[in-house]
Amino acid sequence: MNARLRSSLLAPGLAIVFSAVLCAVVLLVSGANPASALGAMIGQVGEGQVAVDIVNSTAIYMLAALAAAIGFQMNLLNIGIEGQYRVGALVAAIVGGAIVLPPVLHWLVILVVAAVAGAAWATLPAILKVTRGVHEVLSTIMMNAIAFGLAAYLIRRDQFGILVGNNVSTEPIADSGQVPGIEIGDRGTVFGLVFLAVVAAAVYGVVMNRTRFGFELKASGLSPTAAAAGGVNAKKMIVVSLLVSGAVAGLVGMPEILGRDHAYTLNFASGYGFAGIGIALLGRNHPVGIAFGSLLWAFLEKAKGALDNEGVPREIATIMQGSIVLSVVVAYEIVKRMELAAEQRRVGQATGTAEPVGEGAAK
Amino acid sequence: MRFKRGVAVAAIALTSVLSVVGCAKDSGSSNSGSGGGDNATGCKTVDKPAAASGETTTTDAGAKVDGSALKVGLAFDIGGRGDASFNDSAAAGLDKAVSDIGVKKENTKELTATDQESEDAKLTRLRQLAQEGHNPIVSVGFAYSDATAKIAAEFPNTQFAVVDGFVDNAPANVTFLGFAEQEGSFLVGVIAALKSESCTIGFVGGVNVPLIQKFQAGFQQGVETVAPDAKVVSKYITEAGDLTGFADAPKGQVAAKGLIDQGADVVYHAAGASGKGVFAAAKEANVQAIGVDSDQYNQKTVAEYKDVIITSMLKRVDVAVFDYIAAVASNNLTGLPPVFDLKVDGVGYSTSGGKIDDETKGWVEAYKQQIIEGKIKVSDTPSS
Repeated sequence: MNARLRSSLLAPGLAIVFSAVLCAVVLLVSGANPASALGAMIGQVGEGQVAVDIVNSTAIYMLAALAAAIGFQMNLLNIGIEGQYRVGALVAAIVGGAIVLPPVLHWLVILVVAAVAGAAWATLPAILKVTRGVHEVLSTIMMNAIAFGLAAYLIRRDQFGILVGNNVSTEPIADSGQVPGIEIGDRGTVFGLVFLAVVAAAVYGVVMNRTRFGFELKASGLSPTAAAAGGVNAKKMIVVSLLVSGAVAGLVGMPEILGRDHAYTLNFASGYGFAGIGIALLGRNHPVGIAFGSLLWAFLEKAKGALDNEGVPREIATIMQGSIVLSVVVAYEIVKRMELAAEQRRVGQATGTAEPVGEGAAK
Repeated sequence: MRFKRGVAVAAIALTSVLSVVGCAKDSGSSNSGSGGGDNATGCKTVDKPAAASGETTTTDAGAKVDGSALKVGLAFDIGGRGDASFNDSAAAGLDKAVSDIGVKKENTKELTATDQESEDAKLTRLRQLAQEGHNPIVSVGFAYSDATAKIAAEFPNTQFAVVDGFVDNAPANVTFLGFAEQEGSFLVGVIAALKSESCTIGFVGGVNVPLIQKFQAGFQQGVETVAPDAKVVSKYITEAGDLTGFADAPKGQVAAKGLIDQGADVVYHAAGASGKGVFAAAKEANVQAIGVDSDQYNQKTVAEYKDVIITSMLKRVDVAVFDYIAAVASNNLTGLPPVFDLKVDGVGYSTSGGKIDDETKGWVEAYKQQIIEGKIKVSDTPSS
């Protein structure tokens, strides 16, 4: 247990140090001072509403990363989160703006609509995968492109868009559909739906580790043939996991829309879906890992503004995000091999032989 | 005024006489307005409108303004300083404030948006500028509208402006600097119709949003007013929601090439930094291009393509930003026009590079006058 804890901390630690060193080198080469850049990145947390913004963004990234992780658990690469959350957000904003219900019910309806829309957007890749064997990477990427087109169409002025100055917005969601947040003085407002992300992560952790469904999912991911031999219906698992992944992806836009914007506008942020894939890798599909990965990601994302404010090229934060993901993958591989070697030695010492042990324990 | 007009008429008369004498095969120099102006190779055009009956009134800067006490913050849209277009135009306004009214360079700060940022990044950026004591703060781009209104409420003693922005019920310390892009685009549409030989004219928009549709609508109307048979082919680089269309030169090049392949020999772009690719495509195919926002013929970032740029639709963000900073310095915000249109030279066209001859200029000035007088209403939404 101790060794496992060590390995799960060692790898990300190594990765962060490595990417920090890499960024320091890049900064030095470009003529900036790494120390002042680091100072600006850390100092930003105390300024304005940045700390609260980081918390809010963490929740959004968590939802996106959970969506990715559900697919990863059974070796499905759902690249379509980007499109699923956009469709989910837009459809939910349209429906939420069109109806008025009592407060809690109104939110629930909007959330359900978002999840259903996200799942619906993942349905076609799921069907193609199980009936025709179309790889989900291809089909979900194509669905992303269609999602962008659909969103652009639905928000046109002759569809559901309303012109506000030069911007276009959906019908604003009535007060009853707005999820109240937690105001922390002039530090900002924590979105109420931050708790949705926490709940989602907890449910994900329980389902994966404590239920038969989670076991079957992981088993299918580790060895489809063994799972099939054990009576797991692989096709059903593919469809279910892609749909659930899509449903969670559909919720990604909700904290911002129900907590702050109250409508889908042209300013709706993009890129959360792709970030989520990186964060799921960073967090090794573990709920706690994902939470920390999201926090780190949000911190780096907000640092872009602080770096720009200091006159440091803010692209450095993007380099850092990329290099962290890359080095985490490499670091895990290195740590895994080190452990395997250590285990072999231990087993060899205990039994007097030096037989290699099989894989399986280290994932 | 009258004297100027006389000189213009004399100049036109003189050039036409010279050209008739000197060059028998010269086409379209019938400036009297009689008969359908049917160029030998170009588009069939309508009759040339009567010459402009007067110059536009240029507003004086008035009393000397001192901006040395101002600390100006500028929040750019995606692309930032160096996009050779929209943001650079705003930057030019700030530079002019530094050189003309004594704003100190070290008292200015410029921050730039990224292409996938969420709303809180905009809020933080504006809050940072406000907390550091910048006043006024100019944000560039309609995407800042909501964020600026929110931050302006937090800092009631700071003046804010949003180029292209608008929201209902904004606090009193927010000024919106809006433009009549369709009017300027109409004029370059007139030029395009006169310059086209294939009678097919292209428009490349950055992102398919209402703001850019204003450029398309005015341009199309300008072309069709002069040459009713002309075909305008349009292409947007990205759809609404994907802002990369303003900052992706290779995609701009592909879009423009597509239009050129459809026969367009004059291409107008409203695509921010992607416009560089439009110029590249025009140069490659040896056709003409029309720039946007700034006078792109004189811009260093697109200097290698300057010979294809026949004119640029000027959206004088620089004028608006400068006027706004000057108005804050002199504490008189009510003097700003509600919309920067042709009447106040908020939009217009450039003649750098010498590609616009006096004949063409005569056409454009005549239409300009008609728009200013309200005889032509330029639509801000595309017909199709």
